[in-house]
Parts: sequence; structure tokens; C-alpha cells
Amino acid sequence: MDDLYREVILDHYKNPGQKGHLDESDFTFEDENPLCGDFLHIDIKTDDKGLITDAKFDGHGCAISMASADMLLESLIGKTIDDAKQLNKQDILDLLGIELSPVRLKCALLSLKVTKAAVYELDVAGDELME
Amino acid sequence: MTDLSRFAELKSDFPIFQRKIHGDKDLIYLDSAATSQKPYSVIQAMNDYYTSGNANIHRGIHELAEEATSNYESARARIAKFIHSENPNQLVFTRNTTESINLVANTWAKSNLKSGDLILLTEMEHHSNLVPWFMLAEEKCLKIEFIPITNGFELNMVKFHGLLNKNPKLVAFTHMSNMLGTINPAEEITRLAHDAGAMVLIDGAQAVPHFSVNVQDLSADFYAFSAHKMLGPTGIGALYAKAELLETMPPFMGGGDMIRKVTYEGFSTNDIPYKFEAGTPAIAEGIGFGAAVDYLETIGMNHVFAHEQEITRYAIDVLGSVPDLKIHGPAADKKGGVVSFSFMDVHPHDISQILDAEGIAVRAGHHCVMPLHRKLNLPATTRASLYLYNTKDDINKLAEKLENVRRIFS
Repeated sequence: MDDLYREVILDHYKNPGQKGHLDESDFTFEDENPLCGDFLHIDIKTDDKGLITDAKFDGHGCAISMASADMLLESLIGKTIDDAKQLNKQDILDLLGIELSPVRLKCALLSLKVTKAAVYELDVAGDELME
Repeated sequence: MTDLSRFAELKSDFPIFQRKIHGDKDLIYLDSAATSQKPYSVIQAMNDYYTSGNANIHRGIHELAEEATSNYESARARIAKFIHSENPNQLVFTRNTTESINLVANTWAKSNLKSGDLILLTEMEHHSNLVPWFMLAEEKCLKIEFIPITNGFELNMVKFHGLLNKNPKLVAFTHMSNMLGTINPAEEITRLAHDAGAMVLIDGAQAVPHFSVNVQDLSADFYAFSAHKMLGPTGIGALYAKAELLETMPPFMGGGDMIRKVTYEGFSTNDIPYKFEAGTPAIAEGIGFGAAVDYLETIGMNHVFAHEQEITRYAIDVLGSVPDLKIHGPAADKKGGVVSFSFMDVHPHDISQILDAEGIAVRAGHHCVMPLHRKLNLPATTRASLYLYNTKDDINKLAEKLENVRRIFS
């Protein structure tokens, strides 16, 4: 249990560096997990070279989903939109560094789904984005 | 009190309490509003059917078929008696409460309601008593309005009186809320609805398991409930309805058993309740449902309710004194054994996960009442729901282990 709620995850949950909104963003998306009502909005800003200069999230959800969003966006700053398009499930699990049951996996992967829907500029986010 | 002392021993009737959770933790099961655990007698009844009584029912002239038919129909009669139905033939077997409500929506309501007609629901309905009506309203251009809840988490009866002036054709409401625990004044609501010329459907999924229900005293037109929430198996539920309604309603699904006669030109329907039971039913489950009712009858529903009231009051006292914990629901004397709460702004998934590590099973989420959570401005809640096998000690463990949540999140 203390593994799941290890210090680094709780720290991102309690003191999220990327929480908020961007006044001007190039990519934005929001979605919810209907299973639990978790909600996530993501804004991403890029410079003229296509590098991600800032990324923010807002929403509500469990510690795993919110910490996952904060860690993911933090890791994207300085990367390209193509890098963001290449993200997969394992990248998120590596960031979190924990084992998750299938139900909690959905919590962790909401940030992946919303980020990929944003950078691919989709209208609707499908679950395949979480792969 | 002596009567209630036996409840401390009841866990031994339920094999599940012998297993351990996460290696070595005793199971503290506080999720009975989702589904109840099953006693040996129910499992045994179903096992007996498959091991020594398996045959299809209502057909076949051989010993097994006759025995299976008799066991299945005897279960129907005991279940009908349990809710004080006038006659066993007014109890239609369905898959669950949801299917019972869908049956009414697709038969009685579809053939009797017309464009512009009003259905009254309440703000505390479960999705199963919302979505079938939304679907029908879309198809038939019906109107739906909601009886609001008060700040005390009860139905606003003053507003209900006002809504009745709009001439609703159907009032459909839950007997007991699966999130707030509120026990609604079903007899009064039904009387007022009938006086206003409306029909009444009651969702009894959270009521029949926990207290004595008398459909004749209630004067319910339709009453729906599920076996799995009352010690029985999944996959079977029931719809009670007044006989004259069942007689005139069109059939639900078509197939074997629901017909009297089939020709290449068409069919005629069977007698009630078989007219609504197409195809081979859940026979083992029906027999298990009967055994569940037998178990509850042996204990006595008045005792079950008294025990649950005592544990619920205790839970509200104990949890109510946990700092940073807020209970969502009416006062103890207005509710059944459901305690939904928020704790320290920690998300219910996190609370549930941390409790699970200690063997405590609670529900986290919106409990299939999303509109009510939205109205109360709660994304989700944690719910401890009680049944006859729960004890004060279960509540003590819950309160004790909530301190793990506090330790991790503060």
C-alpha cells in the first residue's frame, strides 16, 4: 500500500507544479472517466520550432490520476509534439513506478488519453489512446 | 436485545467470510448495497439442482422435469408470499430490478403513454430507474420531471404535491436510496399518486432485502427487486404487478414458454406470469432465490431491520465523530443501512484502495446515481453499506483504518 502511495506520487498530488490553465494554448483537450467521474483538462503550448514550452492540467480525481497528469506534463516540457504522440502506457507506468490493478490503470492512463487526444487534435478520445 | 445477539454469529452461515483478503486479512464486507454475500443454504440449493435435479421446466413428462418445475414454482410462491403478493402468478421472474423496470417501460408504458404525457421520477433515482424512462420519453415524446430532495436528503413532499397538479401518468421512485439510505414514504407517495390518477412503480432493490415489504398495503401497481441484493444469486429478479395490469399488458420478449399457441400465422400469449417469461429461465437461480427468502424468513425481517438500524445508528455515531469526515444522508431514523461519506478531500478511490489493503470492502464512485452526485456537488463518495451479517466491530475496523488514509494523505 505504501508502495502505491509512495512519496513521489503523493508529492505530485499534493503540490502539483503543472496545475492550472494556459491563457494561450496550441493544443487542448478534456475528458472524463465515466466509471469514477474523474475529470481532466489539459492545455499545451509550443514554440515556433514545435517544442513544448508549457503544459498545464486541471480537474478532479484520485491521487493516481492527478499525480499521473502532473508527472506526464512535467516530463513533456522541452519535448516535441511528435514525442507526445509517441507516448504509450509503459511510459506512464515508468513515470509512476508502481504496479496497478486493471481498474486503477484507467485512473493512471486518463492523462495519457487526454494528452494524446490533444496533440492528435481529435474531437473524441477513444480508449485505444491509452495503449 | 437478546433477539439481536444471534446476529454476531451469522457470518458463519456465509462461506465467503472464511477467505482472507490480501494474504491474511479478515474480510470486512461493507458493500452489500452493490451485492450481498450468499449463505451456504442458497449455494447448496443451486448446487442440488445441478447435481441431482437438473432438467428444463414447464415441459417434459419425466421425474426430473416435474421436480425442477415444482422447485422453481415453489420458489416463486415463497418469494411472492415474502412481499405479500395476492397470488404467485403476479410475480414475474426477470433478470434483475433493471430488467423489471425495462419490462414495464416496454410493455405497459409503451402501450399506455402517449406524446406529451408526464412521468414523475425523483432526484435520488438509480440509473436503472432513469435510463429506461429517458429512452421511452425519447421514443414517445414523453415529459419527465423530478421530485426534488430537501436539504435533509428526503423527498420534498410539498413539491411533490405541486407536481401532481401537472397530471402525471406514472410516478416511479425508489423505496430506499442506494446512496443516501433514505427510506421514502412509499405508501403515502403511492396514495397521493393514485389520487391524482397516476400509476406507481416502486424500485425496491434496496428495500426488500432489508425490511418487510407488503405490496398490497403499499397498493403498488409495479414493484421491482433483485435476488442478488438479498442473499440470492445474480441473474434473477422479479417484477410484482397488479393482476389486471399483467393481464392487459402486451408481452415483453417473444419465444418459448410465453405462448399458448403458435401457428404459421401468429401466436397467442400464455397466462400470467408466463406471458412475460420467454425462453428457458434462470432455473437454478430461481431456486436459489427461493432459498434466500427462506433464510431471511427464518431470521425474520423485523429482526433484520432492527439489527441493521442498530448498526446504522452506531456507524453514524462512530463515523460522525471521525474528524474531517462528512456523512451524506438523512438522520439515522430516516434511513436504512447505507452510509455514504466524504473524508478529508481524499478521493474515494484512494480511500477504498487503502481500506482494501486492510480487507475492508467499500464502494467508491458515483454508485450509479450520477445526477444526484452532480446535484450535491460531489464528484464521488465512499459508501459503506450494511447487511444482516455486519457487526459493530466491522464499523470499528472501518473507523480505525480510515486513520491509515489520514496518515498517508496528511
